[in-house]
Amino acid sequence: MSTGAAGFLERYEGVIGKLPGDSALRAAAAASFRSAGLPGGTSGRRIEAWKYTSLRPVAEAKFLRDAAPRHEAETILAGLALLDAPRIVFVDGALRSDLSLTPAAGFARFAQQPDFGTLTWPDREPMVALNTMLAEDGAVLDVPADRDAGVVQLVSIASSDADFHPRHSIRLGNGARLTLVEISVGQGTYLLNTVAEIHVAEGAALTHIRLQDEAATAFHVSTTYADVEAAATYDSFTLNLGARLSRTEVHAQLTGKGGAAHLNAAQLLAGSQHADFTSVVGHTAPGCQSRQTVKNVLAGKSRGVFQGKIEVARQAQKTDGYQMNQALLLSPDAEVDSKPELEIFADDVKCSHGATVGELDAEQMFYLRSRGVPEAEARSILVRAFLAEALDAVADETIRARLETAVDGWWERQAA
Amino acid sequence: MLEIRGLAASINDKPILNGIDLTVPAGEVHAIMGPNGSGKSTLGYVLSGREDFTVTGGTATFNGLDLLKLEPEQRAAAGLFLAFQAPIELPGVNNANFLRTALNAVRRAHGESELDAVQFLKLAKAETKRLAMPDDMLKRNVNVGFSGGEKKRNEVLQMALLRPKLAILDETDSGLDIDALKIVADGVNALRRPEFSALVITHHQRLLDYLVPNKVHVLLHGRIVRSGGPELAKELEKSGYAELIAEAA
Repeated sequence: MSTGAAGFLERYEGVIGKLPGDSALRAAAAASFRSAGLPGGTSGRRIEAWKYTSLRPVAEAKFLRDAAPRHEAETILAGLALLDAPRIVFVDGALRSDLSLTPAAGFARFAQQPDFGTLTWPDREPMVALNTMLAEDGAVLDVPADRDAGVVQLVSIASSDADFHPRHSIRLGNGARLTLVEISVGQGTYLLNTVAEIHVAEGAALTHIRLQDEAATAFHVSTTYADVEAAATYDSFTLNLGARLSRTEVHAQLTGKGGAAHLNAAQLLAGSQHADFTSVVGHTAPGCQSRQTVKNVLAGKSRGVFQGKIEVARQAQKTDGYQMNQALLLSPDAEVDSKPELEIFADDVKCSHGATVGELDAEQMFYLRSRGVPEAEARSILVRAFLAEALDAVADETIRARLETAVDGWWERQAA
Repeated sequence: MLEIRGLAASINDKPILNGIDLTVPAGEVHAIMGPNGSGKSTLGYVLSGREDFTVTGGTATFNGLDLLKLEPEQRAAAGLFLAFQAPIELPGVNNANFLRTALNAVRRAHGESELDAVQFLKLAKAETKRLAMPDDMLKRNVNVGFSGGEKKRNEVLQMALLRPKLAILDETDSGLDIDALKIVADGVNALRRPEFSALVITHHQRLLDYLVPNKVHVLLHGRIVRSGGPELAKELEKSGYAELIAEAA
């Protein structure tokens, strides 16, 4: 069995006609993927959007197919402090109804209701092409107009050394509300390559919280496309803690007057971890607001990447865009790459961006230690303080506490 | 309690302390006075283990421990406390959590059980009340947005909770009005017992009216040039340091 792009294409050849949904779309995606290859892989072309992140380790990894699970999904699931709310659990890319508490209404599986949506660009994004080519399952969530669907948890558990390509679709009707909590965990050397398409219709509000706590040997790629209509809000927060290599890519389009998109994130990295947060916010309607605060805490030889682009179309007057990238370097070998971009065609806008990079403050460290707080604990307190502002963006206290616990867990792993 | 012999220290190769000899017996309060730049604050920092200062000579023994060998947190656990002249702001760190973490770290080092949030809050509220501090100071971030006086009172609150054996107060009186000054002095006086000592660094004699020292030392060019009883502070208040500086020159 081949590895890399060739391996994925071989797999595709073997399943043509057997996967759900539009086979012509899959064929077109396969053609795109064949010409693009894996970003940074040996055969593909160079792509600017992947300037700081190479998927060569993905190209070199051997993913098995139909391998017996090496780990008990039930045990991994039991280790998660889930909320008392509906949960949709995918194990190795397939829905596990027996482990799920699915929402009473508005839920379907991609396997039975395949919908590739309208927003994605397989021709431009190789990993979206790969997903489109091989997607088998995923969550299709529909919240009808004016319904408050509360909290829904979307859990991905990887238990074998394989590759998974979930395809999610989330649609909120006019005035609807939903808090979607996405958690991805696992054990082993696997690739999770998710694509999600999100529609937030007029006056609706989607809060999207993501906790990525994958295995230290795993690869995590996630591409989200969101269409935010008039007076609607897409409020997202991503916490990246795990994976050897991760790429979180978000494309949010503000297409109706008075819409808002918040793409906040925090990444805590150690060892030789690499995490890339890439976003493109498109303001195509007037009077919209976008907010991004992305914080990186980098220890060891880790590398954090932030690429953020705000595009303001000619007609998008009174745009209010803000972008901030801050990094805390805990070691001289850690690295951060920050590339903020503004592309503005309207003349009456308020857009700003900034980036800071720093180390822990020596005076603050001494102050804490002079009060008896041991060095490691003092560092942890100051790192958490740095993260506090980012986590404050999560309004729901229960969910924020859950994320804080995950940060504690990360810190304990570093101390061990 | 504290035994300093020939202590010399520098920062960026610039000597600041040039051979300090000082003994503070248990139960005594000693005042350190002297003009700006004489090394008063440096003495406090060196004793509490700030890393930007390099000790170039001498010894400091604290209850039999070689102080200069210990990490700052070990010195705190041994019972040393420095009230900062300019307390540090910690944005994003809740004051109550900070105080509890510090107290529990010291308790842990002594083999005592840690206090839970409820036990701690009860203790902390009693102390804030005694120091006439508003309750919300516990809820705010450490020293962030505190007035000068509130920062100083927050230092005294930390001292009251940590119950050190030796407190070094670095110009804790500066920027305080007379009422706040009394509160701070009362806070220290409340800790006075046979096994508690204090080293009070100050510019002004005023604090020493409320916090009466056993001895007063005058620091000049990194050396103690004169020592005496409380009357020395009063004398200096009148005559200033000019005479001493001339003597030393």
